[in-house]
Amino acid sequence: MTHQGEVLLAVNGLKTYFSTDDGVVKSVDGVTFHINKGETLAVVGESGSGKSVTSLSVMRLIPTPPGKIVEGEILFTGKDGVQKDIVKLSEADMRKIRGNDISMIFQEPMTSLNPVYTVGDQIAEAVMLHQGKNKKDAMGVATDMLRFVGIPAPEKRVNEYPHQMSGGMRQRVMIAMALSCKPALLIADEPTTALDVTIQAQILDLMRKLQADVGMSILFITHNLGVVAEMADRVVVMYGGRVVEEGDVVEIFKAPRHPYTMGLLNSIPRPGEAHEPGQPKGRLEAIPGNVPNPLSLPPGCAFEPRCKFAVPDCSKAVPALEDTGHGHMSRCIRWRDFAQAQNEVTA
Amino acid sequence: MTATTAQTRRSMPATGDTLLDVQNLEKYFPIRGGLLSRVVGNVKAVNDVSFKIGRGEVVGLVGESGSGKTTAGRAILRLIEPTGGQVLFNGTDITKLSKGQMRDYRREMQIIFQDPFASLNPRMTVSDIIGEAMQIHNLHPGKGRIDRIAELLQKVGLRPEHMRRYPHEFSGGQRQRIGIARALAVDPAFIVADEPVSALDVSIQAQVVNLLQDLQEELGLTVLFIAHDLAVVEYICDRIIVMYLGRVMEIAPSRQLNTNPKHPYTEALLSAAPVPDPTVKRQRIILEGDIPSPINPPSGCVFRTRCRYAIADCANIVPELREVSPGHFKACIRDDIL
Ligand SMILES: Nc1ncnc2c1ncn2[C@@H]1O[C@H](COP(=O)(O)OP(=O)(O)OP(=O)(O)O)[C@@H](O)[C@H]1O
Ligand SMILES: Nc1ncnc2c1ncn2[C@@H]1O[C@H](COP(=O)(O)OP(=O)(O)O)[C@@H](O)[C@H]1O
Ligand code: SF4
Ligand code: SF4
Ligand SMILES: [Mg+2]
Ligand SMILES: [Mg+2]
Repeated sequence: MTHQGEVLLAVNGLKTYFSTDDGVVKSVDGVTFHINKGETLAVVGESGSGKSVTSLSVMRLIPTPPGKIVEGEILFTGKDGVQKDIVKLSEADMRKIRGNDISMIFQEPMTSLNPVYTVGDQIAEAVMLHQGKNKKDAMGVATDMLRFVGIPAPEKRVNEYPHQMSGGMRQRVMIAMALSCKPALLIADEPTTALDVTIQAQILDLMRKLQADVGMSILFITHNLGVVAEMADRVVVMYGGRVVEEGDVVEIFKAPRHPYTMGLLNSIPRPGEAHEPGQPKGRLEAIPGNVPNPLSLPPGCAFEPRCKFAVPDCSKAVPALEDTGHGHMSRCIRWRDFAQAQNEVTA
Repeated sequence: MTATTAQTRRSMPATGDTLLDVQNLEKYFPIRGGLLSRVVGNVKAVNDVSFKIGRGEVVGLVGESGSGKTTAGRAILRLIEPTGGQVLFNGTDITKLSKGQMRDYRREMQIIFQDPFASLNPRMTVSDIIGEAMQIHNLHPGKGRIDRIAELLQKVGLRPEHMRRYPHEFSGGQRQRIGIARALAVDPAFIVADEPVSALDVSIQAQVVNLLQDLQEELGLTVLFIAHDLAVVEYICDRIIVMYLGRVMEIAPSRQLNTNPKHPYTEALLSAAPVPDPTVKRQRIILEGDIPSPINPPSGCVFRTRCRYAIADCANIVPELREVSPGHFKACIRDDIL
């Protein structure tokens, strides 16, 4: 639950570009959103829409060159209570924030785990760096963290190497490492995408419990709308490097105000909708067309070539992100039509 | 052959004209140890698996990772050699064929790989990657090949101009699509699709599911669709096979499996799937722990260590796959549950 809307992270007009042989890729092109203390914000969107580049920008882990944050601010209030603009911090100051105030977990745990060190050593290293503890105490913290994330026999596991563990267990170790310094913000980039539903259920359950315990905020990047429904307080929908919709999770699912979001919701198979034997199979309502070319986005609304509601005005200018009510934002010039249509249905 | 395996084989549903008949398939990976590198044990990745797939049928294969889905799929295609059992393709036992004789079958039987990152050569352009199999089988020679590659790219949600690029220039989802285009390149009759949509965006997932459905109807394509997302499998498949720790737990028509699962493992899998509705809060069965090691699988029913219905007998008897209603099979000794 949120703490009265106290803002932890505010990303304003962020632009992160990459220069490639073919031209400049505007991976993140004027992205604005915020995360309140203790809340989970889910970021969803097409592959290549800029979700990972946004989160790597917040961590200041954009490979430079070819990438660069060219504009915008990332205001973050760390554990010291002081608001800083991450874009302007020195690398030395950033190192104090990474793994301490903001941690990140990935889809593939081996991107953050080192195969040649025991999991205990790896967790202890972060604890020694950020909390000034000695090796012995840091190993104690590591053991506690492994127990905290539900790893059986943590005293024994702390001396094992990542390859001695299953995928689900490595994910837990990575979470243990990410949480060892009790960060204010956890960025989770598709943390359960590679896992089985049974292990995913375990990890999501764990993340919810830990969040309640530690009180951190979570920036949860995922493609899985089921996971969004289960984890998020609010949702940001990205398309072509921009935010196209933002709002409360129930609103987004019940009353989407952007055709891309509507398309996403219609395209997921719902459990229990299988065809009867002998009957024709159902058909998913796919969004037509392809992911836009980031090198040549359509001039107006980036979704226009795939949008069944498009009108000539849609290609004139990039629609503004407008408040449709109660902070539910949409970057579509026709959002009023959808609101009205829905009112007529419910009336 | 034991009574159980004979029973297992007889009870498989036959759907019209059978294209693929998998009989008691087994794949053990030897574990070597000690100074003399003796075989000290076996990973029982696939253990006595039997099923049939009718021509033009789409059959789902689901289960947690490590349950043997990929191994079964690859053993069927002889991308790895089975250690036991038969695979009849169009009536021919392909496990008995020589490498040369297999060549003609290879084009007929394609696979969409689970991990496109590992399977895309970083030094090859997209057009080389997709064109490679066409070249091996001498398909679409000359100018036609480029057109075909362009067409395939569009089919999988990419653009023709992508063909000159290298894998690293694509995001995760885009790379997965290249892998799919490569498998479709040689117009196969049978496809093992090993988690082909798991890594895709929802909007593209729907396109690919629809695409596979279109191709299937258009060409009478036969598909073994491996996945862990039951909702997707349910949509695209006629029947679903549920595996756990190398063995088949349940086989049923899609709808029946989802609305009326008869095996405790299927029940748990269905319950674990997140529901895309934020107003639904439901009690879920969280399976504790991981799938046990296939080197020393539990005695009796392999699922018993995580089964909430397990009784003493479950440790003693390997449950046979029994038909509990027409076309619905389960490998569980208890009939007083579910
Ligand atoms: N190192 C790089 N060089 C050039 N372009 C890049 C680089 N990294 C990312 N991009 C481009 O930036 C855009 C956004 O990529 P990003 O990784 O943020 O996508 P994403 O939303 O996380 O997608 P996915 O769902 O596939 O993970 C894409 O067009 C991608 O090709
Ligand atoms: N080449 C191999 N050598 C040894 N064990 C293997 C090999 N390939 C797969 N296995 C093991 O076989 C079991 C089944 O694996 P797999 O078929 O990949 O499962 P799934 O596709 O269902 O996730 C796993 O325990 C796996 O570790
Ligand atoms: S602005 Fe126009 S094209 Fe864009 S989403 Fe709205 S209706 Fe569709
Ligand atoms: S045989 Fe026993 S342990 Fe196995 S699924 Fe049935 S009840 Fe559970
Ligand atoms: Mg990403
Ligand atoms: Mg697999």
